[in-house]
Amino acid sequence: MININIQKQLQGSSGAMELNVDLHIKEHSFVALAGQSGSGKTTLLRILAGLEKAAGVIDVSGVLWQDEKKSVVPQKRNIGFVFQDYALFANMSVEQNLLYVNKDRELAKHLLMLTELSELKDRLPNTLSGGQKQRVSLCRALMNRPKLLLMDEPLSALDPGMRTKLQHDILMLHKEFGTTTIMVSHDPSEIYRLADRVIMLEQGRVIQEGTSKEVLLHTRGSQKFSLTGELLDIIKADVIYIAVVAIGQQIVEVVLDEAEASSFKIGQRVQVNTKAFAPSLSH
Amino acid sequence: MNALDLEPFLLSFKLAGMTTLILFIIAMPVSWWLSQTRCRCKPFVEAVTSLPIVLPPSVLGFYILFALSQNSPIGIFFEETFGMKLVFNFTGLVIASCFYSFPFMVQPLQGGFETLNKNMLEASYIAGKSRFETLLRVALPNIKPALMTALIVTFAHTVGEFGVVLMVGGSIPGETKVASVAIYEFVEVMDYSQAHIYSVIMLVLSFSVLFGVYLFNQHHNRRIGVS
Repeated sequence: MININIQKQLQGSSGAMELNVDLHIKEHSFVALAGQSGSGKTTLLRILAGLEKAAGVIDVSGVLWQDEKKSVVPQKRNIGFVFQDYALFANMSVEQNLLYVNKDRELAKHLLMLTELSELKDRLPNTLSGGQKQRVSLCRALMNRPKLLLMDEPLSALDPGMRTKLQHDILMLHKEFGTTTIMVSHDPSEIYRLADRVIMLEQGRVIQEGTSKEVLLHTRGSQKFSLTGELLDIIKADVIYIAVVAIGQQIVEVVLDEAEASSFKIGQRVQVNTKAFAPSLSH
Repeated sequence: MNALDLEPFLLSFKLAGMTTLILFIIAMPVSWWLSQTRCRCKPFVEAVTSLPIVLPPSVLGFYILFALSQNSPIGIFFEETFGMKLVFNFTGLVIASCFYSFPFMVQPLQGGFETLNKNMLEASYIAGKSRFETLLRVALPNIKPALMTALIVTFAHTVGEFGVVLMVGGSIPGETKVASVAIYEFVEVMDYSQAHIYSVIMLVLSFSVLFGVYLFNQHHNRRIGVS
């Protein structure tokens, strides 16, 4: 079990806030950290890595990483960290990036083979594509067989096709190495595909925690359909009003009456529910 | 016209080489610290290390002379302990040059270190590597143009120094009479032809050095994909 109970004062974009979380994470699980930007996700990850200081206790399977008296340095925490911007060592080839962490050539070879990078092992990072760089970064993070693998929005800079490929790689490596993985992500489909549990942060506090189904699927009661989106516009058409809502990459229209129209503000997060028909999927 | 006496040039290069080497070792940790620290005293340290750029060389030379002379505590200590004099000899010149050229080593290195991706350094710490190993194996190899600039500009700046050298070293042939001092003396005795020859050599060397640095940096930036 990984027990995390930490507090830290942060200067967020909307003024000061306190990061205050108490989490218990099962070993070998895959946890997604979600929440709007500025909610403290990245800071929490950096505190776990020992890159930032905070008050409180971090206990990883009985090993104390931090309490009131001491804080173990990042060098001694046995973690892997995957940064959003890859952070590869630009002066070293792909293979050297891996061997820098640990001189285990067999392991490096194995990781490069699993992620289909074997042929690129002598290339310098700046000659690789974004997806290739992130795969190298993932391999590098696993070179010291970490107990805890931390990933800070590892796929957010990649295009959708490459994301799917890397999600597969991440899941495969998570299982093969038996790590406990904590990943910051904004992408619901990614979280649904990868994570066993989702922790939702807001203003430095955990507002929701559960399986990805519990947290991500919003249908309640007799609703068949529930989508969350941003209200872009409300257009008056004769006696009714039409709300324009952006849901993911799609724009939809919903009919409102005058009272409803006046109760919403443009820019608001809204939920679109329906139970009048049974939705069906088609090709 | 007399045969060209190369000794002042050799002395200049010997002085510049030693100064560059010593400063590289001393300035590297200082510039690394300055680039990484959030300490409140940073502006103070930066101001002190940059002083030699704005101080008149005569002021710097005067203080160094004052601090190292045979009557000063430091001078007395070295004289009594090691039997060494620190002024009006080559050792004094090296010490003075190290003060004079310090910012020219610190500033490019600090600038280079500051442009490094912090995540890259953190990735090295997480990989279990100490700060020192990270400095040697990740930071330094990734700031090659800045490193090159620091080494060569320090070297060239030391070759070109005049005021401090004259104050602390005087003009002892074979000991402290470097090229810039030699040129000054030729002009003083109105030997313009020798002054011209020495000056042209200095000009060509200085230009070549700077041209070489910029050429290297352009080539390096193209290779790693920076426009």
